[in-house]
Amino acid sequence: MPTSNRRGLIRTTEEDRNNREGLKGWLNPARYGWERVSYWLQRLTGLFLLIYFVGHIYETSSLTGGPGAWNAMLQFTETSWGHLFLILVIGTSTYHSTNGIRLIFTEAGRGLGRPGRPDYPYDALSLNYRQKSGIWVALILAAVAMLYGGNVLFGGE
Amino acid sequence: MRIHYITGLAALFVVAVHILMRLIMPFHTSLQYSNVIANYHNFPYVVLLESILVLLAIHGFNGLRIMLLELRQNRAWENGVTISTIAAMIAIIAFGTRTIIIANGLGVV
Amino acid sequence: MSGIIKKISMLRTRQNTEERSKKSLRVRSSVVLRVYRSNKANGDMARFDKFDVPTQRWTTVLDALLYAKAYKDTSIGIRYSCRMASCGSCGMKINGRPRLACYTNISELESDVISCEPLSNFPLIRDLVTDFSQFFRHHKSVQPYIINQNTDLHDSSELSEFIQGPRDVDEYLQFSYCIKCGLCYSACPTVATDMKFPGPQALAQAYRYSADTRDIGSREDLKTIDDKHGIWRCHFAGSCSNVCPKGVDPALGIQLLRGHLMSFSKHGKKIAELKHHSHGNQLS
Repeated sequence: MPTSNRRGLIRTTEEDRNNREGLKGWLNPARYGWERVSYWLQRLTGLFLLIYFVGHIYETSSLTGGPGAWNAMLQFTETSWGHLFLILVIGTSTYHSTNGIRLIFTEAGRGLGRPGRPDYPYDALSLNYRQKSGIWVALILAAVAMLYGGNVLFGGE
Repeated sequence: MRIHYITGLAALFVVAVHILMRLIMPFHTSLQYSNVIANYHNFPYVVLLESILVLLAIHGFNGLRIMLLELRQNRAWENGVTISTIAAMIAIIAFGTRTIIIANGLGVV
Repeated sequence: MSGIIKKISMLRTRQNTEERSKKSLRVRSSVVLRVYRSNKANGDMARFDKFDVPTQRWTTVLDALLYAKAYKDTSIGIRYSCRMASCGSCGMKINGRPRLACYTNISELESDVISCEPLSNFPLIRDLVTDFSQFFRHHKSVQPYIINQNTDLHDSSELSEFIQGPRDVDEYLQFSYCIKCGLCYSACPTVATDMKFPGPQALAQAYRYSADTRDIGSREDLKTIDDKHGIWRCHFAGSCSNVCPKGVDPALGIQLLRGHLMSFSKHGKKIAELKHHSHGNQLS
């Protein structure tokens, strides 16, 4: 009878949980190709953007306190670190949106090819360059958006 | 998943409009109190902000719910996660709507 | 754009072929085999034992493990059978990645130290041997057999066959190559945390039988598939297809099945007809 084994943040007391990788399985993007990296980035950027969204709603609520409260909030956010954070937000939202659109298509079976007769070296049809290029496009667009954002924020427009 | 796809796509459009609004004036000027309040007096812009709030709250907290549901699989956890994320959604929408309503009522300085 | 993607694909294929041929020339005379040892039933704590194993160009990880078991430590627990990537018994994590030990050449790993660990996400029995009970339970839950009430198998007076052309076979053939080795289950990030998730193998087999024209059953209504812990927990991380040794491509099967469920692909499945023979007891 296999005994239980605690791994990661999940306390494993049931037999079925034995040897599960837990959060370590999520947090490790390496060794499995670009699609695993994009899965990892999509989750990370999603969490980051949720935190930013909540913060942004709180930040804009300072409007209700009048110009004094609003300007005090701006002094806190309109700094170099604030701008760098905003550039990160621009990059992550661009990546998350573009990759999300790619996932809408691929998770519905589009762009993955039709099943056929596999032959050596048994490369997976679904991991083709057509959908993989979507990941690269998302990363490139994110980089371009970050550069543009940096230009606007630090360029003094 | 359909909710997640639809809110994601819709949010993409409205957020793109929200960001492109920054192009109508220089960025640092657009952050002045008077200019921000003037936006809140523009009814179509208020509708845009409210839709961003609702769509992103649903999309974001539903995503969080999806991730949290994968961590444990007992009834108490699943019900707790669902109730908490829906409560958080409602709270953030309520708080944001409060800001929009109050700002809409404020005079331009 | 599609021209550029095609060019990248062709360049990559040529690169991979060149790399594979180069790898076979780098031969090490010996490697250090680092084997995970654990026997909780006996109270032994987990540890790694190291063995120096002589190798040749054709030595597989399984060969090295069996050498270590034969000449260094006969107590190494290992499961294997066919030694030709046909049974799926020897799945394990080799240098951190799920692979079949019989199908992995020492030379292709390009490392002086080869780490062998049991597959993740499976309960551990001992050393490199894991428990596949839950994996098989998930497989059974998707009804992995042809469901067709039109065929009367008890009436053998008239033998017949389903009319199924090459195109109909191509729809499901690659998914039928699954050897249930469990590598995809080990690689999947959702299986890492979600106990109720059936796993890429079971979901791909659900698609295999759904796509088969001889099958008239609908698995899409199954609780195990259309459930918040079913197919909707897959997020196309692609790791399952990345590690599959037989080209089954479970990720493709899962996304195609999801497309059906979301009504993004055509409904109205083609059902194969039974070939009728004109005379009673004779085969046409």
